Amino acid sequence: MQGFLTLLKKELVRFWKVSFQTVAAPVLTALLYQLIFAHAMASHIEVYAGVSYATFLIPGLAMMSMTQNAFANGSSSLIQSKITGNIVFLLLPPLTALDFFAAYLLAAIVRGLVVGLGVLVITAWFGLPWPAHPLWVLLFATLGCGALGALGVVAGIWAEKFDQLAAFQNFLIMPLTFLSGVFYSINSLPPFWKAVSHFNPVFYMIDGFRYGFFAQSDTDPWLALGVVGLSFIVISALALALIKSGYRLRH
Amino acid sequence: MSSAISIDSVGKHFGTLTALDQVSFTVEPGEFFALLGPNGAGKTTLISILAGLTRPDSGHVRVMGHDVQRDFREARKRLGVVPQELVFDPFLSVRETLQFQSGYFGLTRNDAWIDELLFKLGLSDKAQANMRALSGGMKRRVMVAQALVHRPPVIVLDEPTAGVDVELRQSLWHFVRELNQAGHTIVLTTHYLEEAQELCSRIAMLKKGKLIALEDKTKLLAHSARREVALKLSAPLPDTLQQWPSRVEDDRIVLQLADIAELEQVLARLREAGVEVRELSVIETDLEDVFVKMMQGGN
Ligand SMILES: Nc1ncnc2c1ncn2[C@@H]1O[C@H](COP(=O)(O)OP(=O)(O)OP(=O)(O)O)[C@@H](O)[C@H]1O
Ligand SMILES: [Mg+2]
Repeated sequence: MQGFLTLLKKELVRFWKVSFQTVAAPVLTALLYQLIFAHAMASHIEVYAGVSYATFLIPGLAMMSMTQNAFANGSSSLIQSKITGNIVFLLLPPLTALDFFAAYLLAAIVRGLVVGLGVLVITAWFGLPWPAHPLWVLLFATLGCGALGALGVVAGIWAEKFDQLAAFQNFLIMPLTFLSGVFYSINSLPPFWKAVSHFNPVFYMIDGFRYGFFAQSDTDPWLALGVVGLSFIVISALALALIKSGYRLRH
Repeated sequence: MSSAISIDSVGKHFGTLTALDQVSFTVEPGEFFALLGPNGAGKTTLISILAGLTRPDSGHVRVMGHDVQRDFREARKRLGVVPQELVFDPFLSVRETLQFQSGYFGLTRNDAWIDELLFKLGLSDKAQANMRALSGGMKRRVMVAQALVHRPPVIVLDEPTAGVDVELRQSLWHFVRELNQAGHTIVLTTHYLEEAQELCSRIAMLKKGKLIALEDKTKLLAHSARREVALKLSAPLPDTLQQWPSRVEDDRIVLQLADIAELEQVLARLREAGVEVRELSVIETDLEDVFVKMMQGGN
């Protein structure tokens, strides 16, 4: 338990010491998206009844930033430790696979939530209402960050070079998070793309998160919860199995 | 009581390369043990397997009776390893590095021991410094401290004196000796054979992944004893000594001795022949000779 707490603390200290990069930068990026899209699409029709486009956009942007940063936290920390070699100091102590995974996962969730909160606070003046269902908001935020945080651990273990990690980020995480209905309701898409979106777990994260704010969504929030929860469990199980097997950590 | 380290037919391949070939030996509690061998012999691979950083293809390794794979938590608690490669976390200060390392081993209030380690390793005034700001030798000392935060009964040092200045090398060995006298088992690898000769009581030699020697230092030295006496004489070697195995080196005559008692005979014959000894020095084998001989010998 102490080992897990120490590693968690180290991971939190790590991103907090460079919070300008790890928190402030993504919050600013989200604010820019909000300013540009809200302006460009000001005359756009309402997506949901009584919800302006600018308001509609906020939860999606927040969730996109959360997932991207949750992913980045564990993956960049792990690859740095692997490349510099100081991961050895985590492999020598009696940490279990679960200690190891849980520490990286929780740190990723905390970073994701801090970024998400930052985005919500800084864009709230575009008309963000108090959440209709605060618990759903919290649940989807945590599970979304958890799933992508766990995926970050997987990617950090798998990647042996920075460009492999960059490829993972550019060819998987970016498309998944961008093509998830952040900027539109998938109901406005042609049938083919609408169907494709239903295979993207990030879509359900955003949709469920939005439901928490507006009590309206593209799919049934329980279905969204099921998909997001299952993604979290499956990716976590994969990450744990990799750590336990020593894959690319213990040769 | 179980051995401090027991290595049982350990084999390891990297692709087609055999890094370790059926290596077996034990190290008993309280020993000061040297693991020697040329570059690429497999020392680090063996230590990595001991530490659980590498998995063996075959065989078993135990630390104080605990299997390093099945019972890894108990094994790792009892083992402190100083890795060969110089690595550090650039985000942390020296003290933070040691505090985090203590935490990973489950220790919370460890500052008294951390202070003592810093003091013993000459790092007290660097405690607040960032790891990036340390010289290579100082980083190496921090790695030694990191391996000791949890006071492991078994300590393994993989070339801890590479790139370390003479003064630190001595203070480091002084400290390690103290730990050994306090009951810690020490295993070290080094390419400075005088260090191994001076410090260690038992020696294992690896060559291309095979264990080629495993013995008490004194026995090892005695075995391949090459004892010689170099003489500068007032006259040529007398007839009575012409048959003696000898050679000429610079302007001296070097006579080989099966053991030191033979020196008496040599001197007696010289006296009989009326030859005066101007200079005399006894050349004793050192570990380096033994090492070179072992490594040159066929497999
Ligand atoms: N991860 C690895 N992948 C492939 N080959 C490896 C790996 N690690 C070690 N080897 C090979 O295994 C052999 C033994 O290496 P090892 O590092 O154990 O030698 P060593 O005795 O510690 O040498 P040195 O004195 O140079 O430190 C070498 O031929 C090395 O190239
Ligand atoms: Mg080595």
